[in-house]
Amino acid sequence: MDVKVTNEELDCEKSAAELYEEADHWHVNTGDEIIHAKRMGGKFRDLKIKAASVWLIFFLGPYLRWDGSQAVLFDIPNRKFQIFDITILPQDVWLLALILLFFAILLAAITSVAGRVFCGYFCFQTIWTDIFTKIEELLEGTPAKRRKLDKAPWNAKKIRLKVIKHSAWLSIGFITGFSFIAWFTDSLQLWIDVLTFEAGTFVYVMLLVFTIGTYILAGFMREQTCFWLCPYARIQGVMYDTETILPTYDIARGEPRGKLTKGNVVEGNGDCISCNQCVAVCPTGIDIRGGQQEGCITCGLCLDACDSVMDKIGKPRGLIRYASMNEIKGVEVKPFHKRPRVLIYAGIIVFAVTGLLYGITHLGTYDLKVIHERQPLFVQMSTGDIQNKYELKILNKTDKVMNISIVVTGAENITTKGIREKMTLAPSKLTSFTVFLLIPKKNLKKARTPIYFTIESYQEFEDTVEYQSMFYGPKYLN
Amino acid sequence: MSDEENKFPGENNTGHFWDDDLRELDNEPPTWWTIGFHASWIFVIIYTLLYPSWPGINTHFKGLLGWTSITEYKEDLKSIENIRAPYESKIKDMSAAEILADDNLSKYVTASGKVLFGDNCSACHGAGGQGNVGFPVLADDDWLYGGTITDIETTINAGRQGIMPGHAAMLDDAKIDSLSSSIFEGKAIENAAYTEAGCIGCHGADGKGLSFMGSANLVDGIYRFTAADQLASIKHTIKYGVNDAANSESRNAVMPAFGGGKLSDTEIKKLAVYVHKLGGGL
Repeated sequence: MDVKVTNEELDCEKSAAELYEEADHWHVNTGDEIIHAKRMGGKFRDLKIKAASVWLIFFLGPYLRWDGSQAVLFDIPNRKFQIFDITILPQDVWLLALILLFFAILLAAITSVAGRVFCGYFCFQTIWTDIFTKIEELLEGTPAKRRKLDKAPWNAKKIRLKVIKHSAWLSIGFITGFSFIAWFTDSLQLWIDVLTFEAGTFVYVMLLVFTIGTYILAGFMREQTCFWLCPYARIQGVMYDTETILPTYDIARGEPRGKLTKGNVVEGNGDCISCNQCVAVCPTGIDIRGGQQEGCITCGLCLDACDSVMDKIGKPRGLIRYASMNEIKGVEVKPFHKRPRVLIYAGIIVFAVTGLLYGITHLGTYDLKVIHERQPLFVQMSTGDIQNKYELKILNKTDKVMNISIVVTGAENITTKGIREKMTLAPSKLTSFTVFLLIPKKNLKKARTPIYFTIESYQEFEDTVEYQSMFYGPKYLN
Repeated sequence: MSDEENKFPGENNTGHFWDDDLRELDNEPPTWWTIGFHASWIFVIIYTLLYPSWPGINTHFKGLLGWTSITEYKEDLKSIENIRAPYESKIKDMSAAEILADDNLSKYVTASGKVLFGDNCSACHGAGGQGNVGFPVLADDDWLYGGTITDIETTINAGRQGIMPGHAAMLDDAKIDSLSSSIFEGKAIENAAYTEAGCIGCHGADGKGLSFMGSANLVDGIYRFTAADQLASIKHTIKYGVNDAANSESRNAVMPAFGGGKLSDTEIKKLAVYVHKLGGGL
């Protein structure tokens, strides 16, 4: 397996060969055994809790109110996204492309600097699993007790503990699903509908899928999801380079490792005392001393574990620490601004953010499209005027009723039919008008005359929108 | 393959060996696969019980739900009709003119009118009412029988068939040529033959035609019998007439009646509104 990482570069130390020889015998986590990781406090555990609290937004966000309605609402049936004061209609969905670009490159940038930060600190799989195992620990006790309980025959106590645990897991799954759906429909109404069994089939199906999905993924599959299911784990793995800082075991300092026994100090031994605490706390069940490997989600919990042991035996911290391969090899580490990859990623991020800011501040009030009737392109009227027919499609991007006027320019003596002095647009809707234009033949110089439709608002918005169309006349005018 | 005694006992192999140590094991399939397999056949049983499935000799098993594709289609159709019902019931008791005056209803009617127009009218008058040789443009304001909503409704309902006799016997070729040229220049009434041959009787003193009899406007430069050589086309019409039974070369111009069972009153009202809104309704 990948434990035998192809790190020929790491042959800097004589002990590397021995390390890998031992690593070959390391039991690879293939999911045949449940990983019961030990929990201990520390710097990175604290950091992890702080990072995970970002997900509170996911649970609480749908209940934010703004101007009497839900502050953030992704209203799919009505095809509009409401984000505080901003209404985004499908016409502006290109903004979504920039948001996706931003997050994709942010992932790449962070991964190239500090590895799988997303996996270790922000990913829902990691965090939900962490919460699920926390509940498990609260109910069933330490990893050793849990293993014992799993093997124990069924009795009243075991049944009680398991029923409580699985109910708790399912409840979290339900809340997860509910919170997800609440972003797409009014959250308060959703509670009422769900609890009174009035919600649609789709809502119940989604709730069931999320409840069961969360229950299975965080309760049972856990780190196996990161190993075998998640594409990001693999993609991020290839974004590392020798300058990426990752949780790394300092081989030079640690090897040769040996058990520490009282009053028996072995000369020449490294700082690693083979206490296996780093393995015990690992939520994915790997041995970080085998080098960087696919199972490592860079959560830093082994750093906490090792540091606590180092404190106890009076050695300096950092036997396992965030370090780049260059640092371990003793190669000079370049600062961020001299690393082309970081610079390119930063450039793309700046582009995406600029585009987004531009987009959000220039959403506009209207969107105008003019479609010229093709059958017939034009008709001659009995007065000798040429008549063209147009379909005006005007999108009111605001959530207010708008009164507008339409002005047509481009030729002399244009007569319009179908344009009233004041026209009304429904909020957040596309309104279409059929408009006829008549121009005396003598005022037409060519078979095709450019014609301009301009929308002017009656309200406080001073937006005007112009659309260029074409006025067709008989070919002999050319 | 070897018939020797099993060199790898206790690992559940089938006793088939190749190259000394390559052997076939008889392991249980993975749990996820087994679950999938059982779920699949259970699904098939339930599905075939609920829905039409197993073939019999004369018919097939109808399924416990009684579902058929045609009933689903009919239900869907019914739900659409339910959406339309409030509009349809309003339209029923309104005149075409009243529908036209109502913004909301005329929008609704235009949508279904488009389908009716495509089915019944566009073969002759073109998909957008742009007309064809011998078939008037419906998007302009030149109407043979009047362009008010009531006129249009009457035309669709009862059809139209005007008559113009051939004038070969009354006018010699020179006079027809001169009259045709005058019409082509928009100055029909200035030609002596216009009065002399009796054109004035049907096409009026001003040459603009009389809508009660469907005579054409001769001074607006809009032609029903369009041709590359418009002058020759005018001559032909004067010489042989329109719908003149006595004349085999006469123009044929008949608008069939769509009332009297072919289309319902509501459909005719819808079409009238649709045609009126094509661009030339008066």
